[in-house]
Amino acid sequence: MAIQTEIIGLPPRSRSRLAALRFGDFPLIPVLILGCIALVAIFANLLAPHNPEIGSLAARFKPPFWQTGGSTKYLLGTDQLGRDVLSRLIFGARVSMIVGFTAVIFAGVIGTTLGIISGYLGGWVDQVIMRLTDSWLALPGLTFAIFLAAIVGPSMWNIVIILAVTYWTRYARVIRGEVLSLKEREFVRLAIVAGCSKWTIMQRHILPNVINSAIVLGTLMLGVVIITEATLSFLGIGVPPPQAAWGLMLSDGKQSLMVGRWWLSVLPGCCIMLMVLSANILGDWLRVKLDPQLRQL
Amino acid sequence: MAVLEASGLTKHFHAKRGILGGERGVVRAVDGISFSIEPGHTLGVVGESGCGKTTTAKLVLGLEDPTAGTIRFEGRDLQGLDTAGRRHYRKSVQAVFQDPYASLNPRMRVDAIIAEPLVTNEPLSAAEARSRVLQLLDLVGLPSRAADLFPHEFSGGQRQRIAIARALALSPKLIVLDEPVSALDVSIRAQILNLLRDLQAELGLSYLFIAHDLAAVAHMSHMIVVMYLGKIVESGEARTLARTPKHPYTEALFSAALPSHPDERREEIILSGEVPSPLNPPLGCRFHPRCPHAMARCADEEPMLQDVEGRLVACHLYDAAEHRALIRIAAGVSQVS
Amino acid sequence: MSNSIPSSVSYEPTGQRLPVKTGPLLELENLSTHYVSSGGTRVVRAVDQVSLRINAGETLGIVGESGSGKSTLALTILRVLPPAARIVEGRMLFDGEDLVQKSDAEMRHIRGKRIAMILQDPMASLNPLFTIGDQVAEPIRVHEGAGRATAWQRARDLLKSVRIPSPETRVTQYPHEMSGGMRQRIVGAIGISCEPRLLIADEPTTSLDLTIQAQYLNLLRAHGLALIFITHNLGIVAKMCDQLAVMYAGRVVESGPVSRIFNAPVHPYTEALLNSIPRMGDSAQRLTAIEGQPPDLAALPRGCAFAPRCDRVFDRCRVEAPPEFAPAGRRTARCWLAAADSTPSDMLVQSGTA
Repeated sequence: MAIQTEIIGLPPRSRSRLAALRFGDFPLIPVLILGCIALVAIFANLLAPHNPEIGSLAARFKPPFWQTGGSTKYLLGTDQLGRDVLSRLIFGARVSMIVGFTAVIFAGVIGTTLGIISGYLGGWVDQVIMRLTDSWLALPGLTFAIFLAAIVGPSMWNIVIILAVTYWTRYARVIRGEVLSLKEREFVRLAIVAGCSKWTIMQRHILPNVINSAIVLGTLMLGVVIITEATLSFLGIGVPPPQAAWGLMLSDGKQSLMVGRWWLSVLPGCCIMLMVLSANILGDWLRVKLDPQLRQL
Repeated sequence: MAVLEASGLTKHFHAKRGILGGERGVVRAVDGISFSIEPGHTLGVVGESGCGKTTTAKLVLGLEDPTAGTIRFEGRDLQGLDTAGRRHYRKSVQAVFQDPYASLNPRMRVDAIIAEPLVTNEPLSAAEARSRVLQLLDLVGLPSRAADLFPHEFSGGQRQRIAIARALALSPKLIVLDEPVSALDVSIRAQILNLLRDLQAELGLSYLFIAHDLAAVAHMSHMIVVMYLGKIVESGEARTLARTPKHPYTEALFSAALPSHPDERREEIILSGEVPSPLNPPLGCRFHPRCPHAMARCADEEPMLQDVEGRLVACHLYDAAEHRALIRIAAGVSQVS
Repeated sequence: MSNSIPSSVSYEPTGQRLPVKTGPLLELENLSTHYVSSGGTRVVRAVDQVSLRINAGETLGIVGESGSGKSTLALTILRVLPPAARIVEGRMLFDGEDLVQKSDAEMRHIRGKRIAMILQDPMASLNPLFTIGDQVAEPIRVHEGAGRATAWQRARDLLKSVRIPSPETRVTQYPHEMSGGMRQRIVGAIGISCEPRLLIADEPTTSLDLTIQAQYLNLLRAHGLALIFITHNLGIVAKMCDQLAVMYAGRVVESGPVSRIFNAPVHPYTEALLNSIPRMGDSAQRLTAIEGQPPDLAALPRGCAFAPRCDRVFDRCRVEAPPEFAPAGRRTARCWLAAADSTPSDMLVQSGTA
């Protein structure tokens, strides 16, 4: 049943969405750093020269190999229990990565879901969720995390849950705002006209269009989460010893700083800084790239 | 039997003012309008901002519930429909909106967009859905490879075609077209308007056509209703209405329409003032403060729609008594009241 | 900072035409503006070898669709182009002075005072944080150094001349308190506040209701200044303009007096455009649609840019881009179809045919 209309030719270039990101100003170094940390975390078992949790007391407080008294056996020195600092840093990367990413993802899932439900359904559901968010936000994040950690006791997975539960509110507010304006767009109205249920619309139309913002928020939250984990470990209520975690290493090393054993604090501190900085730069770049694209489309 | 019949359709919105919602007001967006759409015909709706045409579209589409009045679809009152009946209504009435850039989900492929109404309402296999999508693409003049692309790879006119294909997916009886070509380039508008007409002839569709381009509405419609501040002031056959409007507002509106040739001289009726807010419509005839022919009666009594030579006009100028008086004056007979 | 400004000036349109100076008010010669991407890789020829002329008191309509370059042309005349755009060739003679050569400081004196511009969206053109009085008085204070009281008085007169009711109360109000039609008239008032010789209006009526549009167009027309009306709507041109220039893919494809072009268009694009508009009173007739899509300015085809969509295309069109021909009078047409009975305009003496 062809109708006498002119067949319209399509534009010759069909760009893929990835290409649309325009890799001109790609933050290569931050991505490489994060990539390295990720690889180190995955292959920690192969890369670490020593066992990070058991040390030999005979080799306590050895400085890094380039200083006098150091040796290439313990490249970055040893801590107060004779454990190899390099191995501990490598395994600590695993903790930071796992805790960082999973906490961000959990928080993202909770926050985005609540944000979408609240923004789209409106009415009393919105009110309830928003008041919940408000009161949650009123709690000081770190203090709340400490409080929870004190209750449930320290373990890596507990920390992940605590962090997710502390930080979901950031997502909820931002995503809800996006959903409010998305709701008015004509393709959502047309979905209603086509007979889609509210849940279908939230899943098929709202969610894919807010994912970008959620991802950007996630990369920005990564830094915050890692710092919080490090702080909790520093305070002794994070990842429990003898597991290696950068924050814990910082905490253990602080007394030694005064007596000149700088490598015990500075090295884990540098690792934390590198990871957080890279995550922030990547998040900033993503925000600029993905958000205007969203408006354009 | 008419496809759609509205009687006394009314929609009021509550407007809250002030932080604590102090002073309340009622926006009489649509106030007791009645119209009908015949199968295979187009009803054009014209009017300016605040006249209620967008709200009317939403009421017909079921996006809003009326405050009062009824809508009958194929003879059955919408209010009284059960779930199956409501679902049937949803499938039979679809829409195409103004902005081709906001009408398509940027994250969905074209075949998913077009097939969405189908898969939501009918149990179809993927292959069946796909073949219907390809059929629809052909119907609107797009090549089949369009099915696997994303909306941002198309121009405005092409996107509107996709929107039309989607609207046709469920083989509806009525399509609400809310400014379907206003956001498109002039040279593309003709393509889309032609497509819509061809589809109407081929598939027997009815349209509710809302636009501010009067010539386009006159071209596409069989009947036109003219709305002002929530009321219908005139309705009748499209081309005669455009040529010889009867209501003073319709006259002013059509005289303000842009000419298609510089030598086309139209008697310019410039209305004074602005369109009043629908929160506080004037009493009596809503148009009387701006009407060049206003009489004393117009401020007190709201005119009802009455039949004047086959056209429905809501204006006291055409009241039987007034009419007779005018005829008498015209015939030179002195008035005896 | 002169102090001989009258505190109250009548802006009532007198309907009188300003005395015609010798020579055109604004003359664009072979003007080209290109957008260059940051890597220098993509060049978009937004305005390409445009030559136009407008005399004092005349209304010129520039018609084109998206991507035709008409808005870029307006920005070029006022030299308010974004950083990525560059005027690569041509001259813009305003009262004999070449605007392309002027420095930024000199252009600042011209903008608003001698050439003014009004844009499409009145809400975006007005600053929501300042009163109407402030905004209307601003150009007067900047260009003429008037004091606050004087400028506000003139603002009130201006509002009256654009038919804003009760201007005394309106001057202290804010843009969000006005309706769309009033906002657009205020923007118009700002435009004419310093009595410019030329006003460029870029789609000023698109967001207005029909009856308000009619009021507004009449107002603009009555002021007697030279007007360049940029629009995609041929109806506005038919109603308002004396001269017309049709743009396609950055070039002027046809120009001349409005009625003559409407009666006998030379370029197939103009003809197709005129035929594609629904006409009131024309029944049941199929609109003539133009096949294809507007072109991608970064990848223009060799030869005539309209060739892929033209129904009268022949071989030469696809190979060689036509120059501008001048069939007769003040008409030009950039089409090989016009070659037969005219000589290319660059072979004619420029001044003279008026």
